[in-house]
Amino acid sequence: MSTVTVGQAPAAPVTAPAPVTMAAALNQALADALAADDRVVVFGEDVGTLGGVFRVTDGLAARFGDQRVFDTPLAEAGIAGTAIGMAMAGLVPVIEMQFDAFAYPAFEQVTSHLAKLRNRTRGKLALPVVVRVPYGGGIGGVEHHSDSSEAYYTHTAGLRVVAPGTPGDAYRLLRQAITCPDPVIFLEPKRRYWSRETTGLALSGPPIDRAMLRRPGKDVTLIAYGAMVATALEAAEAATGEGWDVEVIDLRSLSPVDDQTLTESVRRTGRAVVVHEASGFAGYGAEIAARLTEECFFHLEAPVLRVTGLDIPYPPPHLEQYHLPSTDRILDAIARLAWE
Amino acid sequence: MTTVAHPTPVDSSGLLPSEAPLQLIDQDGRPGGNPGSLALPAPEMLLELHRRMVLGRQVDVQCTALTKQGRLAVYPSSRGQDACEVGAVLALRDQDWLFPTYRDTVAILTRGVPAEQALTLLRGDWHCGYDPYQYRVAPQCTPLATSALHAVGLAHGARLRGQDVVALTLLGDGATSEGDTHEALNFAAVWHAPAVFLVQNNGYAISVPLSKQTAAPTLAAKGIGYGIPSLLVDGNDAAAVYAAVRAAVQRAAAGGGPTLIEALTYRIEAHTNADDATRYRNADEVQAWLARDPIARLEAYLRARSLLSDVDVTAVADEAAQLAADVRERMNADVTVDPAELFEHVYARPTAALERQRAALLEELELEAEAGR
Repeated sequence: MSTVTVGQAPAAPVTAPAPVTMAAALNQALADALAADDRVVVFGEDVGTLGGVFRVTDGLAARFGDQRVFDTPLAEAGIAGTAIGMAMAGLVPVIEMQFDAFAYPAFEQVTSHLAKLRNRTRGKLALPVVVRVPYGGGIGGVEHHSDSSEAYYTHTAGLRVVAPGTPGDAYRLLRQAITCPDPVIFLEPKRRYWSRETTGLALSGPPIDRAMLRRPGKDVTLIAYGAMVATALEAAEAATGEGWDVEVIDLRSLSPVDDQTLTESVRRTGRAVVVHEASGFAGYGAEIAARLTEECFFHLEAPVLRVTGLDIPYPPPHLEQYHLPSTDRILDAIARLAWE
Repeated sequence: MTTVAHPTPVDSSGLLPSEAPLQLIDQDGRPGGNPGSLALPAPEMLLELHRRMVLGRQVDVQCTALTKQGRLAVYPSSRGQDACEVGAVLALRDQDWLFPTYRDTVAILTRGVPAEQALTLLRGDWHCGYDPYQYRVAPQCTPLATSALHAVGLAHGARLRGQDVVALTLLGDGATSEGDTHEALNFAAVWHAPAVFLVQNNGYAISVPLSKQTAAPTLAAKGIGYGIPSLLVDGNDAAAVYAAVRAAVQRAAAGGGPTLIEALTYRIEAHTNADDATRYRNADEVQAWLARDPIARLEAYLRARSLLSDVDVTAVADEAAQLAADVRERMNADVTVDPAELFEHVYARPTAALERQRAALLEELELEAEAGR
């Protein structure tokens, strides 16, 4: 590497509004981060020559060279563990776990080391590592290719966990994750990789730990993240037919969670439904429901409800439609919210 | 970019360790019978190895005593492994990194970390008590083998940044069964990383003997499976450990890639003060290894060559006694801990939720204080 850029990335590159997929937005974010800071390195299984099985790293090895974007042996603990060492050496690693369930071999490295080394060393060792994890179902994948593993990570102090819901935010959030001094688990909703949004790609917008109001409404707050943001927005649109004015919040950051935006909204609407693909039992939505109950109890018209995946191992492709939250299930939940 | 799906087979005979451990000084203090390609360190280094082992031994014995007085929460002794602890560390250059385990307090002290910082983890007032960057010493690793991957990443990362840094990982025989050891060896080999792995084979993983740990002829032999050259050395011969690690460091720094070294040694004490070693090994075995003491061996060698006199031995012993007394004094000082610090260092800045929890804890403590508890 020739020069090393330390500190702030240059001013945000703003692309003109155009239809862009989430995969392309993530690719652009990686390219811009690699260009902005020579310490950034991207590695994992198949991310080099192939450009990743989802093509999120397409063309990066050719553009930035195999010292900065490279394939590794097929071993997830090895990828995460060496990323920790590279961060200790002053690099900013962005690593890819090929699929959610294939990230489990790296679990010890992530939870016992990546999450804790800053704490263990009283702040002496900072690990600005981004762990990209394509997660979730809805792509017709065979077993172990569709897990929603966010609760494993959100339960671990020291990790930040984020999940973008749209292409534009995928760009922003990944750039923010790469400049963040904390380790970030970056959950990419793989069923939305190819969905398009007409948007410019820009860094400006809410900081990494703030939620976004995706749709204002006054009757009920739908809380979603990742792939479920689009589903929640569809449900909100459909709900107008029933006379419900639905607000949709895109959490973006699962940990830490933006309590302020959530409580402000729910105190206003008095009703809330949390939506996620992951199983409900001891899932992420339970934490949100508990926090809202603690903070908004006297404003609530009805119990906080959850619309989640079933409490089952992720089903085979021909059965996943019965597992995944649908707009109908969200509308059913809204209907149960003690309307006059 | 050129890629080769199936590389041409290369001659792998040079990767295998010797059948007998390499030795520069035998257990009676005579020149070792199997030096291999190892070069005997200069007299000044032999004297330093002796001095550091004596200092380390005394502190190690002191630490075991401190557990009995409740001043350390736990102490995993490295008594008997002194040659590995000292030889490996003295072989490092200033810019190199050490990745130690929980049993390597003496190695950390030898690297220059002050005792009260090195013993923070085992005293229990925080986890890692020293600045890793100041001494180029990673936090002591209590999960086995996980740090081997950190070492490979640091070594490779430093090289990507154009820096001349070699990373030495200390492992035990038990750790060689962990997946992370194998991933680390493989990554290091594929990346040609400037990394050195020293396995201190002390015969037991807590109570489990090597025979239940592996069916390999030696642990060093595992290197060939990754394309890593390996050495088998007498781990109670400080000169051999130093020479082997030194050669591996030089080779790595010159772009020669990683080396795996197995050092045959023995843990004289139990796993920790909380362990009862009589449940899994007999006294005869310990006695036999006491006769192979690494300090006595080097001392005999140096005395026979008039490199060390009675006066010198007494001077080193006095220095060690003073050091141990100093450690005892520091460890007997009462520890102050700050509950508010629990919320620091979780993230770069405490989250709003952590700030609330800190305020709640401080309020709780204030109320307790007011209530006179």
